[in-house]
Amino acid sequence: MTDAPLLKVEDLHVSYNTPTGVVEAVRGVSFELGREKLGIVGESGSGKSQTGRAILGLVAPGGQRRARRLEFDGTDLLSADERTMRRIRGDCISMIMQDPKYSLNPVMSIGAQIEEAFLVHRETIRQEARERTLEMLRAVKIREAERVYKAYPHEVSGGMGQRIMIAMMMIPEPDIIIADEPTSALDVTVQLQVLAVLDDMISERGMGLIFISHDLNLVASFCDRILVMYGGQVVEQCLAAELDQARHPYTRGLLNCLPSLDHGQDELPVLKRDPAWLSAVKVSS
Amino acid sequence: MSGLGNIRGWLLAEVPKSKWQARGQRFYIGWLAFRANPVAMAGLIIVAGLVLVALLAPWITASDGLEPDLPNRLQPPSAEHWFGTDQLGRDIYDRIIWGSRITLYIVGLVAIIVVPIGLVIGTIAGYVGGLVDSVLMRLTDIFLAFPRLILAMAFVAVLGPGLENAVLAIALTTWSPFARIARAEALTIRNSEFILAAQVQGVSTVGILTRHVTPLCLSSVIVRLTLDMAGIILTAAGLGFLGLGAQPPTPEWGAMISLGRQYLIDQWWVPTVPGIAILVVSLGFNLLGDGLRDVFDPKSGA
Amino acid sequence: MIEINHLDVVFGHGHKLFHAVRDLALKIERGQSYGLVGESGSGKTTVLRALAGLLAGVARVSGEMQVAGESLQGQNRSREFRRRVQMVFQDPYGSLHPRHTVDTILSEPARVHRLDRIEDRVVQALEEVGLDASFRFRYPHQISGGQRQRVSVARALITDPEIVLLDEPTSALDVSVQAEVLNLLMRLKRDHGLTYVLVSHNLAVVAHMCEALSVMQNGSVVETMNVKQLRDHTPTTPYTRQLLTASLGYDRQAIDAFEEFA
Ligand SMILES: Nc1ncnc2c1ncn2[C@@H]1O[C@H](COP(=O)(O)OP(=O)(O)OP(=O)(O)O)[C@@H](O)[C@H]1O
Ligand SMILES: Nc1ncnc2c1ncn2[C@@H]1O[C@H](COP(=O)(O)OP(=O)(O)OP(=O)(O)O)[C@@H](O)[C@H]1O
Ligand SMILES: [Mg+2]
Ligand SMILES: [Mg+2]
Repeated sequence: MTDAPLLKVEDLHVSYNTPTGVVEAVRGVSFELGREKLGIVGESGSGKSQTGRAILGLVAPGGQRRARRLEFDGTDLLSADERTMRRIRGDCISMIMQDPKYSLNPVMSIGAQIEEAFLVHRETIRQEARERTLEMLRAVKIREAERVYKAYPHEVSGGMGQRIMIAMMMIPEPDIIIADEPTSALDVTVQLQVLAVLDDMISERGMGLIFISHDLNLVASFCDRILVMYGGQVVEQCLAAELDQARHPYTRGLLNCLPSLDHGQDELPVLKRDPAWLSAVKVSS
Repeated sequence: MSGLGNIRGWLLAEVPKSKWQARGQRFYIGWLAFRANPVAMAGLIIVAGLVLVALLAPWITASDGLEPDLPNRLQPPSAEHWFGTDQLGRDIYDRIIWGSRITLYIVGLVAIIVVPIGLVIGTIAGYVGGLVDSVLMRLTDIFLAFPRLILAMAFVAVLGPGLENAVLAIALTTWSPFARIARAEALTIRNSEFILAAQVQGVSTVGILTRHVTPLCLSSVIVRLTLDMAGIILTAAGLGFLGLGAQPPTPEWGAMISLGRQYLIDQWWVPTVPGIAILVVSLGFNLLGDGLRDVFDPKSGA
Repeated sequence: MIEINHLDVVFGHGHKLFHAVRDLALKIERGQSYGLVGESGSGKTTVLRALAGLLAGVARVSGEMQVAGESLQGQNRSREFRRRVQMVFQDPYGSLHPRHTVDTILSEPARVHRLDRIEDRVVQALEEVGLDASFRFRYPHQISGGQRQRVSVARALITDPEIVLLDEPTSALDVSVQAEVLNLLMRLKRDHGLTYVLVSHNLAVVAHMCEALSVMQNGSVVETMNVKQLRDHTPTTPYTRQLLTASLGYDRQAIDAFEEFA
């Protein structure tokens, strides 16, 4: 983590012109990513996905991205042309999208889709591609790889869909993986096993990971560092291990909302939002 | 002005207060997206122009374009006869204007016949699946397998020439792609959770088909229909050209080309003007279809 | 209230044949909240769908199912059953029709069951799930995920059901909204004396909501326990023990010790 950061983001803004007005999805986010696991947490709509997508220039039509600085490994992503961006998206930064089912082609079998990724990115021959596809499916803990290989996206459970997406994204061996809630449809055991796979690949190859999630416990135990987002801003930054000592009332509120396994409560405390959080009160430890 | 402002405010209100306002808003936001697309607007203007011309025909023409006026035959375009006159001395401008009504009549009637047939067959096949699907789709394939004009000619040969029969023949040869599209949409819709939710509520199969599946198939079908309009007009013109559609002296554009074709070399305007009319209108529908496709794109949320 | 015995569900034919639920038995008392946990693909959703009669033409279902004294035949369900048993789905984005307003969505079940005072019911249901009248004429894409899930809950309540099947009702929601929806579900249960069957892979949610639960694996129940056993971390099968360990967070060492339970 001592070497130069892979990704530098400074003052990132994303806004959308909609018929009903301008929506500011991301408002001045700055961070650096080294060869580490960075978690981004925050409630729904806080701009986590938009931040991840903006790095890759994936802003929906009608949207605008601005930043003081956006650099990947010395390449300026702000001025990069579409060809450079395509290369970066294909080979250097992979993104695991939030809705796996919508990202898979519904009329192509799962095996064929993964195989295609192998053929495109790794110059594999077809017979080999099949073997490696099955291997990849097993690596993300899909038990009946042969059956899933032949299945179509609607025939697998939501959790399997997410694992398949993860498998596909790891094929190009990128430098950075942006994982947008990659495991939220998985049951706990598989979730951890899949994260372990991701973790091992990252530490072996020295990749950087941006892990977007709203599962605070998971992020705290899995990542190295955490950004807490609210209303398009980063309201708090801390080391993952110190999340339980977080000071921002928003972060504290999120922590308190979690139901507990060990003792029952009649009513869960809910978050009471304070308009003042939107004007930059940043806490970092 | 402030009245308009009020309507705009109503259409963009954060919180719709009635079903009608909600629907109006959806259309208005779709319209804003449509308006921002110049190509689509060009299509809309052409199609709106066609409708306007058809409506105003009695006021913007000097004759009904049916009466021969032999002394004036084959006059070149002039101030008096903007597009010249044809082999029977009828004013081509008047005939084109009146012909727009026939074109609209054809596309309108075909649409009214084809869309419901395609939707019913397609959604039932896609949603119910199994044997029903196989039977309905084989039937569709049979119609799809023949070239449209040939099949339409065969139908007209059986039914007898005439405008109504031509429309019927075109409709019979046009519905199958609509059924295919509706089926493809229904197939993806069938697996979605809101259909399961409707089943849990106890909504009958007919209710699910009409209230849940059909509205979602409708947008692709409408897009396809506008894109197909060009083909429909051309097929109608083709039948007219072959003497199987509208019968003389009806000013149907295809028939006009057919009867004027022998004058192409010396009196070029006789077949050329209706040809241009067909081209412009087909293009208009095509552009409109493209624009609608962008507006209906589910990602736009309209 | 609900009794299931020897439930078998088989998807597909030939080489695509898949036995998703095997000889499953469940017994749920009236007024209980019953949890169904287990790994992805273990058949939890399939059990709910079989119960709700949503597998007609999709899978072959056999076994005995009894709900409130009514013995269920195949995948056909009576109109009365449809009124009494409702379901909330996992995906708040997929379970509402994209071209229907909240009003249309909520009035449909009332119309289907020929209930009176539809308008009042819609307004009241919205109020009950904590949405004000301004949401009534919005389209699903105009409201947030948590609000959509509230609409789904409201839709399930319109017909005054006795049983609500909840398929991971909060797994797509963030924690603050999850807390609100869970509080809402708890309150509705108290107020209406509902019986819940809750599918979740979040053990903390199940511990918070349910009095008893079954752990599923590969289409069968491997352990049935009450919430006290869950809170005290005293499961009896190794599979459940592993599930509990996993709920405690990411721990690289513990994960290596995970076993495959085939
Ligand atoms: N295409 C768009 N047009 C207008 N606004 C948008 C668009 N896409 C996103 N937004 C807005 O940007 C904000 C941030 O969205 P984003 O998807 O980043 O949230 P998120 O933190 O990822 O939430 P979740 O946990 O639900 O995925 C939201 O308020 C959203 O409404
Ligand atoms: N329509 C279908 N056709 C074929 N197989 C199916 C179908 N639906 C589900 N299955 C299979 O049945 C098994 C059980 O699926 P189910 O959706 O019940 O799992 P689940 O326990 O709800 O998992 P998750 O937690 O991921 O939602 C899975 O292996 C799945 O692949
Ligand atoms: Mg997101
Ligand atoms: Mg499920």
